[in-house]
Amino acid sequence: MAIQIRDLYKSFGEKEVLRGFSVEAREGETLVILGGSGSGKSVTLKHVVGLLTPDSGDVVVDGQVVSELTSNELFKLRRRVGYVFQFAALFDSLSVAENVGMGLRRHSDMSQDEIRDRVTECLEVVDLEGFEERFPAELSGGQKKRAGIARAIATRPQYLLYDEPTTGLDPVTRAMIDQLILRMSEELGVTGIVITHDIDSAFRVADRFAMLHEGRCRFVGSPEEIRSTEDPVVRGFIEGRPELMEKAQ
Amino acid sequence: MIRLLGAPFAALGRGSTTLAEGVGRWGMLTGQTIQALRHVDVWLRLLLPQMARVGVDSVPIALFIAMFTGIVLALQASYTFTGAIPLYFVGVLVGKTMMLELGPVLTGLALSGRVGANIAAELGTMRVTEQIDALETLAYPPVAYLVVPRVLAAIIMFPVVTALAIGMGIFAGWATSIQLLDMTSAEFINGLTLFFVPFDVTFAMIKATSFGFMVASIGCFFGFTTEGGAEGVGHSTTRAVVVSSMVILVLDAFWAVTLL
Repeated sequence: MAIQIRDLYKSFGEKEVLRGFSVEAREGETLVILGGSGSGKSVTLKHVVGLLTPDSGDVVVDGQVVSELTSNELFKLRRRVGYVFQFAALFDSLSVAENVGMGLRRHSDMSQDEIRDRVTECLEVVDLEGFEERFPAELSGGQKKRAGIARAIATRPQYLLYDEPTTGLDPVTRAMIDQLILRMSEELGVTGIVITHDIDSAFRVADRFAMLHEGRCRFVGSPEEIRSTEDPVVRGFIEGRPELMEKAQ
Repeated sequence: MIRLLGAPFAALGRGSTTLAEGVGRWGMLTGQTIQALRHVDVWLRLLLPQMARVGVDSVPIALFIAMFTGIVLALQASYTFTGAIPLYFVGVLVGKTMMLELGPVLTGLALSGRVGANIAAELGTMRVTEQIDALETLAYPPVAYLVVPRVLAAIIMFPVVTALAIGMGIFAGWATSIQLLDMTSAEFINGLTLFFVPFDVTFAMIKATSFGFMVASIGCFFGFTTEGGAEGVGHSTTRAVVVSSMVILVLDAFWAVTLL
């Protein structure tokens, strides 16, 4: 159970976003991919669930090359992967409970009662009990994000992909979401990939780090290794010192 | 100088390429829509709510337009025929025009604004807020979930709304004739049935069905291919209405040439 990203290339028109990015998320670990805005972090994550097709290179999940899967095989793979979107991507026309239960209704043999119980359980995990009947427009940014996490974990996936899970949230909600990511990994053994540029949050949840810079993997290592790295680009990024990064260019 | 002279041709070439590309991509989405019909479990429960949105909610605007069209048709016919043609021909003109042309076309144009814009804006917003991506990650086929129920609802409901509009237009024409013109109900109905053939109804329903398909599929296409934020949604919505209105007029001529 691992996710391997191998020599991934992706361009949009003239713009080359990924230029040979490779990294691996090992079984049960939480890999944090760091990188500046527009560096291709979200693009990378979308390749993992086949929302984007690489120009070249592969993403391998559980030994399956994602870009070579048929649509049915891709649907099966997606059932094992939970995806937390940057802005939650909740369905506006559905209530919180309907949003969270959506994946369950599609691919489980659960009864309505069982689905309702699972939805309640997931909303309790993200501290949103009692919000079942509300609509996304009635939620704050942090609540939407938590509802998005509840939806992603409802099907009890083996993998969780988090796209900027703490960006734009208050410190308390950020800490809560970090704890949630840790719980997913520690208690359920979920393999996670978190993409973020929130350094504090990254250090709280990461088992390993990778840094995506100019379309390639600039660094891979443990939290201790990234703290002690001499690479000016990585140091400049995690310490918020652009002059270091500029000097290295 | 050469560059200046060539500019219009270059623009024409670019425009043609964009048009061909757009038609091709719309054709691909239509193909995917047909393929997605097999996911009955996904789209079936969404069909009824969409039929209500596309059809029931559109009835007031369609009837409003048809009512005033019927009134004007009766008055203009009477004005044109005065002294030269028997007045019961007002019934002929109102009936034939509402059934063959104005009922389907005006309803189609009104619904392209209401339904087409609504579909493009809704799906466009879903696209730019990653809701369509979210559907895919939850293993829902997005075309089956979003496009199929909307297109089917439009195919089913456009003829229903058009039939009601035709009925309202004829009723308004009749009411105008007996209230404002020197006509009786019998004269109006005599005119209405004089050249009536059942194919008139078939012709109207064929047109309405094709308009429904085009309005919904074009709205879905522009919604699905939306890029950018709110501005992108605005562009998609405008283009959906403009393109589907133009297509309605082209189809209108096409059916007249091929079926009449």
